[in-house]
Amino acid sequence: MNTPTEPTTLRAWLLAETPTSRRQARAASWYQGWLTLRSNPLTMIGLIILVFIIVCAILAPVLATHDPFAQNLGERLKPPGFDGHIFGTDSLGRDIYSRLLYGARISIYIVLLVAMVAPLLGLIIGTVAGYAGGWADVVLMRITDIFLAFPRLVLALAFVAALGAGIENAVLAISLTAWPPYARIARAETLTIRNSDFIAAIRLQGAGPMRIVTRHIWPLCISSLVIRVTLDMAGIILTAAGLGFLGLGAQPPSPEWGAMISEGRKYLLDYWWVATIPGLAIFAISLAFNLLGDGMRDVLDPKGGQ
Amino acid sequence: MSDSTTGAAALTIPPWIKKTLSTAITVIFTILGLLFVTFMIGRVMPVDPVLAVIGERATQAQYDATYIALGLDKPLLVQFGIYLGDVLQGDFGRSIRTGKQVSEDLARAFPATMELATLGTLIGVVIGVPLGVLAAVKRGSWIDQIARLVGLVGYSMPIFWLGLMGLLVFYGILGWVAGPGRVGIFYQGIVQPQTGLLLVDSLLQGQFAVFRDAFSHIILPASLLGYFSLAYISRMTRSFMLEQLSAEYVTTARVKGLSEWEVVWRHAFRNIRIQLITVIALAYANLLEGSVLTEIIFAWPGIGQYITTSLLANDMNSVLGGTVVIGVIFVALNIFSDLLYRFFDPRSK
Repeated sequence: MNTPTEPTTLRAWLLAETPTSRRQARAASWYQGWLTLRSNPLTMIGLIILVFIIVCAILAPVLATHDPFAQNLGERLKPPGFDGHIFGTDSLGRDIYSRLLYGARISIYIVLLVAMVAPLLGLIIGTVAGYAGGWADVVLMRITDIFLAFPRLVLALAFVAALGAGIENAVLAISLTAWPPYARIARAETLTIRNSDFIAAIRLQGAGPMRIVTRHIWPLCISSLVIRVTLDMAGIILTAAGLGFLGLGAQPPSPEWGAMISEGRKYLLDYWWVATIPGLAIFAISLAFNLLGDGMRDVLDPKGGQ
Repeated sequence: MSDSTTGAAALTIPPWIKKTLSTAITVIFTILGLLFVTFMIGRVMPVDPVLAVIGERATQAQYDATYIALGLDKPLLVQFGIYLGDVLQGDFGRSIRTGKQVSEDLARAFPATMELATLGTLIGVVIGVPLGVLAAVKRGSWIDQIARLVGLVGYSMPIFWLGLMGLLVFYGILGWVAGPGRVGIFYQGIVQPQTGLLLVDSLLQGQFAVFRDAFSHIILPASLLGYFSLAYISRMTRSFMLEQLSAEYVTTARVKGLSEWEVVWRHAFRNIRIQLITVIALAYANLLEGSVLTEIIFAWPGIGQYITTSLLANDMNSVLGGTVVIGVIFVALNIFSDLLYRFFDPRSK
């Protein structure tokens, strides 16, 4: 008598009041999140900038007009628009536009690596501290506080000094300074989950602490960590660029944006574009991450809005 | 009966002493940990500490003698103990780059950083607080949008790049301010250091030409740092004020017929003062960190520049000494803001 009407469009299927399968429910919740994200114009601007930069990074070999490493001392420090050099050339006659495209790859590579390493480190430390409790908790949280007590850039500088300059070491140094907030979040989440009934039920079924933490507590910590990571990404970009600028991150001739600014600094007053253009690129990507992070927070954490 | 109760009352420690004690223990642990981290960084360094002292061409016998003199043959914990003892006496070792005691170098570099960070915070407070209050009062208006934009740009802008652009425009093109450095070459050495803060010293000694020149040097980097603390301070002020303005006593004050000015400044603003001071302390701590890159751009002879140049010269004693000093100040400011909040805000009791 009351046969459920088959949804005709994909949109109707996604917005159905009563989902008929688990798959539909999950897809619907993703779609709802997307709708919230889409309703905020600033977030969409951030997303568009970011997608644009990612496309540039992927298609760098296709879009580049010159070899990013090819030097041409006859055409050094030429202004934007000179002879097919869209953004001009640097002090070794390399095409700035092509170097920017390849530099986008480095920036995204650094952000992705840090965004995987630091939260994972924090997640492990935080959940172990929260689940084990007692002395382990006290000791681990003290260590976390000590790392929080350092100014981040200064600590990263000291780590790079110990590890040596280079992209991978910069990633490691930034990760080593970035994990404490994640550990705190993961610990707080663990403490609220630890004593709930479903954990007790799993424990009664014979699950060990390892399984409980990795299979049942970790998944519930993910969404708070994701919010924090998207909000932190701009900071990661800026720290990495700062290290590159100081000559402690990517090494020449790598087209890392911070290193490019550092190179252009010497010619700032006479050849402004060499330092200005990579800076605009850094600004664009970190602005995009900030705009997107704000929007993501509204979607994933409705209680934390405003 | 009454005896035992008074005895018990005399024995219970007042809560504020307990709080102070637990804070003190936390501080001690944090600073110990901070020193341990820097110590370990110094130990895993690729630079051989012995070669750094005696040079590449020393004989094996000299090498061994120095090795033992530096205490490198002792267990790690003992070495840490020795390091701790030295640091507590203000001894960070000798800088290879400058040839002086690191503590001496730091004592000279620190006032420069402090001068810069203080002026920066001042600029941030003077503009940031009114901007935040206005943004909260006129929520959703154009001034709120501007405050938001200022904050967003502040959080996204690479500070070193903004510094370069500032130099390009205000020094290179417009010529409004002096270039990199702390004071022009003709004015160097005129003012004897008293406080170490050049602006204060030159005024105290009546050297107004020096003051003018120093001000023309500091204003650009200080405004730059000020902008970053402004972004943070105005955002926090806005959210504190929004919280107050939605409270019932504000409605009562309005119903009573008070002017908007009185409602905002006499009632709502009064209640956020303590929160604001804690935020300002944190902003100040952040500026100490932000000054690392700014000092490089503006050739400012402060701690940030000291650490970075030492780093590039593989001068580890200086790097670690500078890191410890900035770390300790950072901890101190954090604790200060925390204590202030706890002791002066009646709601947190």
